[in-house]
Amino acid sequence: MLYRTSGQFKTSYVADMALFPVRQDAVLLAIILAFAWVILPLTASEFAFQTLLIPILIYSLAAMGLNILTGYAGQLSLGTAAFMGVGAYACYKLVTIMPWMNPVVAILLSGVFSAGVGVMFGIPSLRIKGFYLAIATLAAQFFLVWLFEKWGWLYNYNASGAIQVPNLEMFGVTVAGPTASSHVQYYVVLAIVSLMTMLCINLTRGTLGRTWKATRDMDIAAELIGINLMKSKLTAFAISSYIVGVAGALFVFMWRGAAEPNLFDIPLSFRILFIAIIGGLGSVLGNYLGAILIVGLPVILNTLPETFGLPISSATVEHLNVMIVGALIVFFLIIEPHGLARLWALIREKLVIWPFPH
Amino acid sequence: MDFLNSILVKPFADMFEAPDFLMQVLWEGLVSGILYALIALGFVLIFRSSRIFNFAQGIMVVFAALTLVGFHQMGVPAWISVVLSLGVMFVLAVSIERIVLRPLVGQPDIILFMATIGITLFLIGFGELIFGGENKMMITEELGIPTGEFIFEPFGGFLLLEQKDVTAVAVAAILVVALLMFLNKTRMGRAIRALGDDHQAALSVGISLQTIWVLVWFIAGIIALVTGIAWGARAGVSFALEVIAYKALPVLMLGGLESITGAIIGGLMIGLLEKLFEIYWGQPLLGGNTETWFAFVLALFVLLFRPQGLFGERIIERV
Repeated sequence: MLYRTSGQFKTSYVADMALFPVRQDAVLLAIILAFAWVILPLTASEFAFQTLLIPILIYSLAAMGLNILTGYAGQLSLGTAAFMGVGAYACYKLVTIMPWMNPVVAILLSGVFSAGVGVMFGIPSLRIKGFYLAIATLAAQFFLVWLFEKWGWLYNYNASGAIQVPNLEMFGVTVAGPTASSHVQYYVVLAIVSLMTMLCINLTRGTLGRTWKATRDMDIAAELIGINLMKSKLTAFAISSYIVGVAGALFVFMWRGAAEPNLFDIPLSFRILFIAIIGGLGSVLGNYLGAILIVGLPVILNTLPETFGLPISSATVEHLNVMIVGALIVFFLIIEPHGLARLWALIREKLVIWPFPH
Repeated sequence: MDFLNSILVKPFADMFEAPDFLMQVLWEGLVSGILYALIALGFVLIFRSSRIFNFAQGIMVVFAALTLVGFHQMGVPAWISVVLSLGVMFVLAVSIERIVLRPLVGQPDIILFMATIGITLFLIGFGELIFGGENKMMITEELGIPTGEFIFEPFGGFLLLEQKDVTAVAVAAILVVALLMFLNKTRMGRAIRALGDDHQAALSVGISLQTIWVLVWFIAGIIALVTGIAWGARAGVSFALEVIAYKALPVLMLGGLESITGAIIGGLMIGLLEKLFEIYWGQPLLGGNTETWFAFVLALFVLLFRPQGLFGERIIERV
């Protein structure tokens, strides 16, 4: 009823390729943005900020980075957490060496370092493919986490071996560190994530995105039509690692407040891979849907026993959580292997032609 | 010069100075190498017959070992617990095939791979729920595994071989030979290999996909149980064991995803080399604990020269 495309005629190619070919999409997005920028910050509690809103945004961003690499360029990576770690440690070094630096600039710069490391570990992708490459990215995962632990310079040789986020100010407002307020941090995260999302949408629609998709679908064929595979794969690694690195810096500076090397261990990599796959590979929207599911689910499961008054210990709940998340992953893969984004696309199609079946 | 000396000369000088210690290191490497090879074998079997990259193999090791110890703690005699655990692994194989794999037949590889990660999470949660997260003792003595030591004195030095390690190596060798016999000499084994070569051709001559899948997952379960017993006897049984599952991955890369020989030789190579590197280069020069990444980096370098691993099938691509 409300979601109708009739009457919206496209009279030029430009209109056909527009960001919002359907007017309702733009309206929907405006509503979501209004929620994210105005309504949620006014109504959400401290708990909601810390357990839902901020982590969902950060995880979506990390998944978006991975999605560029895996969903668009077709290079499966299991080392996402390590690249997040590179971003986080780079950001830590930047703000401790140059304390006068604007923290947002530091966060955006730290992605550059992780992009560099990403390209380095992406070079084998020119020769290694498929699962072999996936295992090869594990080399990055294990090596980098080991490096975070052993290279004292990275954490300024402090005794705990962990990095602590200092209090950082921007225009007189504390944005990171123990005294920063959740509202401010939420807005910083939201601003950066919105910016990155816009960047991603346009990148994937443009020449570069089409090059990636050709590489993903069949790299030899892509090469035959004149695509430079090296350029295509390495730019995918660079941009993906950049976004992942920024997400890692946000992860530590805007949410966790401190980080040990094992925070960036392989379970985090898998978590982000789950988000990207359950959300839908090769889609930007999917990352948000996946993140909402994977971050929100444990929170809901944790509160359920209390609301029903069930006498279950927290350890049991923890184990049940892991079990249910595992089962749900399998369940979602079975009902829709292409992810939640595809589910939304199907719903949209149905809405457009409703009430007719075809 | 000092730097080059400490990398290129000193480690080898150390090796020659204390050959008995070198032999001890090699033995330790050999034992862990055999166990890596066993886990990798489970992967290879499943990958060959279904192109599924079974990430859950490592967790199956832990799960099998926990089931065994769990049954024994309930008062079941050791050998009956082994039989019961095998039963549990069979039920697991059937349910994975029925519930997870059958609806996902024909999906892209990455989806099946994710599904096995889902299975991994499920098994971790399920195992911890039932057996608890703490470290458990493997029932080594109850199973009749000797726990003494052999002590040798080569080159006037000292070499200590634990009898349970010797047993583990022997059992692993027997298992590998039995598996090779099974794959090469029996009808079922040939069916598994046929399915690995060409799915559709195998289906058209009447090989049942479902039966074979249950069978390979069950064999992977048996391998998991043996590995679990052997590794559990060394380090106790807990979910911390899953890290060794990751070690099987570079073994696969090095040996090739399809090759059984590759899994065995790759496992031994990685076991030996990572121990040598850790003791002679890692600990003195890099601050130790290099075992977490050495295998991966080694495999990565080998792959740069042979993208299909040392023994993998040559990758032929057509447009």
